[in-house]
Amino acid sequence: MPDVITANRLTDGVVVFQTIDECWTEDFNRAAVLPDPEATAVALKRAKQDEANNIVVEPYAIVVEERNGHLAPKALREAIRATGPTIRRDLGKQALGQAPRSGPKVATETDHVSL
Amino acid sequence: MYHYDDFDAAFVAARVEQFRDQVARRLSGELTEEQFRPHRLMNGLYLQLHSYMLRIAVPYGVLNSRQMRKLAQIARKYDRGYGHFTTRQNIQFNWPALKDTPDILAELSGVEMHAIQTSGNCIRNVTADHFAGVAHDEIADPRPYAEILRQWSSLHPEFSFLPRKFKVAVNGATHDRAVVQAHDIGLQVVRNDKGEIGFRVYVGGGLGRTPMIGRMVRDFLPERDLLGYVEAILRVYNLEGRRDNKFKARIKILVHEKGLEPLREEVEAEFAARDPNALNLPEKELARFRAFFAPPELEAKKPVSDRVDRRKSKDSRFAAFCASNILPHKTPGYVAVTVSLKAIGAIPGDASADQMDAVADLAEDYSHDEVRVSHEQNLILPHIALDDLPAVYDRLASVNLSTPNAGAISDIIACPGLDYCALATARSIPVAQRIAERFGDGQRAKEIGPLKIKISGCINACGHHHVGHIGILGLERAGEETYQITLGGSADEKAAIGQITGPGFSSENVVEAIETIVETYTGLRLSEQETFIDAYRRVGMAPFKEALYERSAGSDI
Repeated sequence: MPDVITANRLTDGVVVFQTIDECWTEDFNRAAVLPDPEATAVALKRAKQDEANNIVVEPYAIVVEERNGHLAPKALREAIRATGPTIRRDLGKQALGQAPRSGPKVATETDHVSL
Repeated sequence: MYHYDDFDAAFVAARVEQFRDQVARRLSGELTEEQFRPHRLMNGLYLQLHSYMLRIAVPYGVLNSRQMRKLAQIARKYDRGYGHFTTRQNIQFNWPALKDTPDILAELSGVEMHAIQTSGNCIRNVTADHFAGVAHDEIADPRPYAEILRQWSSLHPEFSFLPRKFKVAVNGATHDRAVVQAHDIGLQVVRNDKGEIGFRVYVGGGLGRTPMIGRMVRDFLPERDLLGYVEAILRVYNLEGRRDNKFKARIKILVHEKGLEPLREEVEAEFAARDPNALNLPEKELARFRAFFAPPELEAKKPVSDRVDRRKSKDSRFAAFCASNILPHKTPGYVAVTVSLKAIGAIPGDASADQMDAVADLAEDYSHDEVRVSHEQNLILPHIALDDLPAVYDRLASVNLSTPNAGAISDIIACPGLDYCALATARSIPVAQRIAERFGDGQRAKEIGPLKIKISGCINACGHHHVGHIGILGLERAGEETYQITLGGSADEKAAIGQITGPGFSSENVVEAIETIVETYTGLRLSEQETFIDAYRRVGMAPFKEALYERSAGSDI
């Protein structure tokens, strides 16, 4: 499955994703999608350079999958990082229109806990 | 409350400037993350899922209105307009920028607060009973001891690089409201046959992946020997704690592996070998600390209030609030009010800046400028005159802080879980919200009676699930959240670790499982006076297990 490189920005800790032009974006939907392990290894190496240059902290690769025609992080943890707290829709990336267009549906009794 | 002297103020200000320099060097690249991490952790700064997180110490849970207003101001100016009160009586901000943290700490130092030792392998914020100085069952106020321990342990050179974190709690009443037996060192104030004050000392309690109830190493430690004996315990731990394995590095593992008697012998030998004059607490010095915590001068009043009774007779919500959120004060005519941060559907422990300001105003107007933070993630207004109760209630209600559920099924402890925490394996807060919404704060909750539900989003157990009457532990299995349930835990003087019911439940079914447990309890209790925990202790796990796994659909994991 394809990967995306993520990290936290050093100055403010905001979750960022590596873009196709080797910059960083706050918006998951603008992240570079890495189709194979070789591409991931190359991208991660560049991300580590950005870590050494004090742009980001602790970069790593996350697995993404297609859901309803859109890419989204596979793991719930990463879906929450890319979206914001599930119990506060007014916070995080979801409040800025930067959340993945399709996230995992989480079963709830009320509407304030689904991604 | 304690007030900084010139030394304290200079000490905290110097630490702020030291951290400002460390942050500047990190931002410039002079320090790598690896080099910077121990510095930021010693100042309470974590890197979490969405952002940095700053944990600010609230020593033994005591705040004045000025400090509470400062927290509200920080929430608005540097964060997202709210804070999260924790199970160690601290407050966390979830969204600070690294570059702003020196300014936040500088603002805090202006109101005699800091974030020193709220993280890292050191002696953490000392916690205490949130009804200190108020409750009828108090033997002695725990706050002077907690403050002495705080000052002694702040940047203690010998104990700043312990094998692992180290938590101390002090309880001064007969009823344990500080969970002393779940701490690395738990100090229970007692009085001996001669009427002298001292401590029953527990060591090696803790939750986390290996939950253990503290073992008693001393049944009576004279007051003057407090620091000497705590130092002896820490010396033994510092030398023998398992530095080779992070997961076995807490003192509870040392107690377990070494055995209580050999450990006690070593502690006593270390204690006997000390310089007997070095760490004694002179009576004069104790008196100086006690003076900081002298009770406010309250004029005794009638123990009943016509104004309260009239309001109760026509307002059932107010009557319910009085039944659950009020503790009689030592001084007749006064009460301590529990301000629930568990409104139905709210996030346990979260308070908005407006709510913090409202509580600060109430403290100033009605509670001798005092607020407490409880380990159960609520706030306390400790000195409210009965006649003022309707006015206090109305002002709390205006900011959604009047929920009548203290100690009830919806007064749930929940850690931040996977919604915020980098260590979490599942979410805690949505489960707490759904349980609170299911049972509410009305007649159903009243019929169920006192019941403590505690939820953690990983095995580190920040939500104290092991000692919940019903504990819920969120785990991840094959990419799905799953919840393990424990029953029979207890966080008071009858401290106990809950027993696992069996296989876990999915997110969809966990609330139904709690419903099954509650229905089983209400069906088997001897009377409405038999609480959940008393009933569990009488009947054991079997009827609950049968209801969960045989009569109903059972576990779906």
